[in-house]
Amino acid sequence: MNPAPWIILFAPLLAAAVIAIATQPLKKLSSYLSVAAVAVSFFFSLLVFGSSDQDVSFNWIDLGSFQIRIGYMIDSFSKTMLFIVSGVGLVIHVYSLGYMHDDRGRSRYFAGLSLFMFSMLGIVLANNFIMMFVFWELVGVSSYILIGHWFDRPSAADAANKALIVNRIGDFGFMLGILMVWSASGTVMFDELSSKWTTLGLSAGYTTIAALLIFCGAVGKSAQFPLHVWLPDAMEGPTPVSALIHAATMVAAGVYMLARVFFLFSGSAGALTVVLWIGLITSLLAALMATQQDDIKRILAYSTLSQLGLMVSAIGLGVPVAALFHLFTHAFFKALLFLGAGSVIHSLHNEQNIWQMGGLQKKMPITFWTFLIATLALAGCPPLAGFWSKDGIVAAAFEHNPASALVISVINFFTAFYMTRLFLVAFLGPARSEGANHAHESPPVMTVPLVLLAIPSLIAGLPLVSHLFFSEVESSEPSIPAIAVSLAVFLGGTLAGFALYRGKNSDPLDIPLFENRFYIDQFYAGLVKWTQDSLAGIAAFVDRWIIDGGLVRGLGGTTWGFGFALRFLQIGNLQAYAFLFGFGVVLLLYLILFAS
Amino acid sequence: MLFFGVMVIVNRSPVSSALSLVVCFLGLAALYISLDAFFLGVIQILVYAGAVMVLFLFIIMLLDLKAEQRRKFNLIPMFGGVVVIVLFVKVLLDVCYGFQGGNAVFPALHSDGHGDTWEVGMALFQQYKLPLQMIGALVVVATVGAVLLSKRELK
Amino acid sequence: MATLNDYLLVSGLLFTIGFAGVLLRRNIIIIFMALELMLNAANLSLVGFSRFHVRAGLPDYNAQVLVFFIITVAAAEVAVGLAVIVALFRAKQTTHIEDLNSLKF
Repeated sequence: MNPAPWIILFAPLLAAAVIAIATQPLKKLSSYLSVAAVAVSFFFSLLVFGSSDQDVSFNWIDLGSFQIRIGYMIDSFSKTMLFIVSGVGLVIHVYSLGYMHDDRGRSRYFAGLSLFMFSMLGIVLANNFIMMFVFWELVGVSSYILIGHWFDRPSAADAANKALIVNRIGDFGFMLGILMVWSASGTVMFDELSSKWTTLGLSAGYTTIAALLIFCGAVGKSAQFPLHVWLPDAMEGPTPVSALIHAATMVAAGVYMLARVFFLFSGSAGALTVVLWIGLITSLLAALMATQQDDIKRILAYSTLSQLGLMVSAIGLGVPVAALFHLFTHAFFKALLFLGAGSVIHSLHNEQNIWQMGGLQKKMPITFWTFLIATLALAGCPPLAGFWSKDGIVAAAFEHNPASALVISVINFFTAFYMTRLFLVAFLGPARSEGANHAHESPPVMTVPLVLLAIPSLIAGLPLVSHLFFSEVESSEPSIPAIAVSLAVFLGGTLAGFALYRGKNSDPLDIPLFENRFYIDQFYAGLVKWTQDSLAGIAAFVDRWIIDGGLVRGLGGTTWGFGFALRFLQIGNLQAYAFLFGFGVVLLLYLILFAS
Repeated sequence: MLFFGVMVIVNRSPVSSALSLVVCFLGLAALYISLDAFFLGVIQILVYAGAVMVLFLFIIMLLDLKAEQRRKFNLIPMFGGVVVIVLFVKVLLDVCYGFQGGNAVFPALHSDGHGDTWEVGMALFQQYKLPLQMIGALVVVATVGAVLLSKRELK
Repeated sequence: MATLNDYLLVSGLLFTIGFAGVLLRRNIIIIFMALELMLNAANLSLVGFSRFHVRAGLPDYNAQVLVFFIITVAAAEVAVGLAVIVALFRAKQTTHIEDLNSLKF
């Protein structure tokens, strides 16, 4: 049995455990421990990369007919994901050494980070639903710990709660889906399921519902509409956390899972349509919302939402490989964007409003150039990474569902638009505040990771590189209309951004609908309040009328009533006595003579 | 007789009620005689109509009871009473009409010449000696009790 | 010919009338008289049965003896009862039954 996957998986766990138990006061040691663990994982991921496909598992719980297995599956999907997760993870760990340098809770932070790595790698390596679900929940917990790292801030604590609760809702659907699959097929192992699922002869309705319930898990974890509300609030966590969890890895877990179990969806056109349109709606709404946000991290968060929507819609179009390819490239440039934003925030002393930035080109050159590369990659500028992966999705859309191609093009237009807006306002133009005036470049421990991430953003899309990872990427002749459309929207969006935002000191556009995120948060708050009020009302009613009135006062009242009635037997009124007597006699007569 | 029975309870003046009762008793005596119970019929008139009702009338005069005023109608007790009466009549009717044996004609009598009084006397003094003595004692006790109860306070 | 059932019916009706009187009248003297009616109704039914149940050509005189006793007892009862009423009247100055309600627990 190959020990490498187990080492990959458990090294971070070991680090987390050691930090949590032993080295919490020794902050420097803790942080190095965590970084070392990730480095080890990365090293072994590279080793595994070269090895052949395997699927190994052993019994964890064995009760005769009921078994839960734990194991790993190494195939092209998991090798790629291992590379991304541990690679980007390593870069971010190193960056965190600099970013969190002055933070008092450093040990806790790195323990959380290592726990997260453990959980995420577990999802990647899982070869059955149960194991994946366990690690799925673990990732949610790690995310809660990390988002709420600065827990003394009420907004951070609330954001952590929100993330966990919304995730939980998605996970509930996920669990129901797993149960449906399990009960229908008797197994949860992916390899067995992929061969068995279509031969089971289940009704179309059953497969659709099972697939949609499993999709619920992705809706929660990858922040699709309507469970997208937790992601923007999750920006309350430290920026490296946002980079790792909410750009590159955790949110991608949903897409990864969908790609893994795509065989569940491939038979059900209805489920695929739902997946497609939820992805598109998420993507479009998020892109629109991003055009009006002023917080740099929020803009990036909505951008993440939008790209995730694109990935999910790629699954819905039936091309999971294209989705994973976009995930691959997106991990790099999104992480770079977040780390760059973190660099800016750090040097401007925690200023996050883009209208307070500006004129950073000379003062923070490395950050500037790497951010530019990432922006262009995200917007879809050829020959950077984003262009290739987005083009893959657009091509698939043209082929399978032209209406969706139109929507995707619109989304890409807006993507270019808001990224240009962000770049222009945050980096170019005059310095708009004191902080911006005194900005300086970040220390090397932070800028080196930026450079390291910039390289894949440049080249990861090129066919040479992508073929290393994705042997099934469409290598057929590229579709000319798709490329033309992609180029067109890129240029159009960028130019529009330039036109509107060049040299401006405040936002010329003001669209409250987008700025208030389509009031979805308010809607949810109202919904929760309404539910709670109704339930409280019902409980109050039950308590007041049924328990209090019916039972308590009823019992008392009945006793009192009986007493009142029985009093008449003793009043002293002779005629009353006679009456009762006569009545009794009549009754007796009746009973004796007629009823016996 | 039934009519006078109703008059007993309906009349407002106690004296009228008492007199109606007397007539009722007379009717009752007639019924007894029609049933060949001659001794009892006469006893009824003598004791009941002659002694008991006279006593009643004495008491009414003594207490100087006036005709009853109209009092306000107490609906609920009256209603309860009526209900019981109605139920009673119903049970009565059921019993009577269910009693098959009662539809026969009275069997014929074949007297051996002694007469009704003689027969009653023989039964009374032979079979029912003890009850007779007890009745005697009872009457004495009743007399003593009546005298005691109606005594005025000794000044 | 009158049958036994007829006599029994009359006796029952008389009893009912007496009972109605007990329930519905408020003057205690009248109630007492109604009580007498009830006793007599019982007597009537007894005599009827006596005539009906014929043994060896003679009516069954046991019932008639019983009627004799009932008449006697009723007379004694009237005497004592009226004495009680007189005593009550001297105490409470009223014959209205609702005012005579001290006999209670």
